[in-house]
Amino acid sequence: MSWYNKRLAKSIWVYHMSASPCNNCDIEILDLLTPKYDVERFGIKLVGSVRHADVILLSGVINQKVAPQVKKIYEQAAKPCFVVGVGTCPASGCCFKDSYNTVKKREDVIPIHLYIPGCPPKPEAMIEGVVKLAGVLNA
Amino acid sequence: MNLELFFYLLIFPGFLFTAILGLTVGWVDRKVSARFQYRVGPPFFQNFNDFFKLLGKETIIVKDGVRSMFVVAPFISFAMLVLVSAIVGTSLFFNISFGGDLIVIMYLLMIFSVMVVLGGSASGNVYSSLGAGREIKLLLADELAFILVLLVPIIKSGYQLDLGNILAAQADGMFVSSASGIIAFIIGLLCIQAKMTLPPFHIPEAETELVEGPFMEYSGPPLGFWKLNHFMMYVVFPFLLVLLFWGGFNFNGIEILWSVLKYLLIVVLMIIIKNTNPRIRIDTALNFFWKYATPLTLIAVVLAVFGY
Repeated sequence: MSWYNKRLAKSIWVYHMSASPCNNCDIEILDLLTPKYDVERFGIKLVGSVRHADVILLSGVINQKVAPQVKKIYEQAAKPCFVVGVGTCPASGCCFKDSYNTVKKREDVIPIHLYIPGCPPKPEAMIEGVVKLAGVLNA
Repeated sequence: MNLELFFYLLIFPGFLFTAILGLTVGWVDRKVSARFQYRVGPPFFQNFNDFFKLLGKETIIVKDGVRSMFVVAPFISFAMLVLVSAIVGTSLFFNISFGGDLIVIMYLLMIFSVMVVLGGSASGNVYSSLGAGREIKLLLADELAFILVLLVPIIKSGYQLDLGNILAAQADGMFVSSASGIIAFIIGLLCIQAKMTLPPFHIPEAETELVEGPFMEYSGPPLGFWKLNHFMMYVVFPFLLVLLFWGGFNFNGIEILWSVLKYLLIVVLMIIIKNTNPRIRIDTALNFFWKYATPLTLIAVVLAVFGY
């Protein structure tokens, strides 16, 4: 499997999923995919369909309205598929953690493999996070 | 004899050669596109990594829709492209005709588009079927112009359908150097742009509105083969144009350089058109092909009949 994992690490196609975010992380994610940061250097490409995705970039605290959809989208992805939580929201719930409509146990909805904290994280931090994921795959 | 057949089909001008050259040229495409946007671009083995990664992913087969067609479509179109590349390649490199002439190529290339339509509409997804519908409209738009373009070298070579004879007729001068040839070549380049669904004709798979169009529901190996088909077309279509208009390849001494330049020139022209044009609407595409491209090619055909 290690040969295959090396291929996977060099060709990460990301799918951008926003689960009730405040839009701040989404803007940073779109920033990440602009020519300035040029993530195609690492083989990272934005895809529009979750069927093609290797990594789901999840942003936002998952609320109860959107939780079934998030679960459904994750189940539709072709495995192996990794979920990267972008921002403080998927990691800890940020300032929304005591809100009446947030899901209390996010790991029941979707397994998050990697957290990139920050409110919002800089594109450089996101690149570092995805490169760390690639490093785990390469090991 | 049979062993030779398998060699032609699977190794040299066929599958292996076309796939490897196609993935490499696909890297050239991505790199040049990246330079157009002031980026660095992907590493050399990027397309190979993408393809092998997709081979190892899970294949999800849709619940509603026609499952058998969904799975079979990418592989049939792959087989069609291998066949076309073998036919074109054998007459380019070995100067022997490999069981097919220009009419067979026309049919096989049309079957490829039909397979995109069938695969897309078999997946039972709204976006995919919209993309498949647009693919049909695009096929209707470019097919007539494409057939007329192929008619020009046929007429100029003295009504020969065999690829070897068309090549032989260009021994004393390439068809592109004549008035009808240059018109047909330019329109042919645009038709190929539409057949490969490259920008500005990427209407069927418009990323921003139809996600990936017909390929949206594909995952794993079938998606990998769709991607491979796309890159193999970077070899098949320029080779076809080189054969029909640029007098084929020559591998004697310094002529190799000229042969490689011919191929690269066509590929780079395609990449430049791809990177400098935004997507047009389906009605604009139909307008363009039916109002301007087809009459122009018709003029080229008439010119070719009168020997210009």
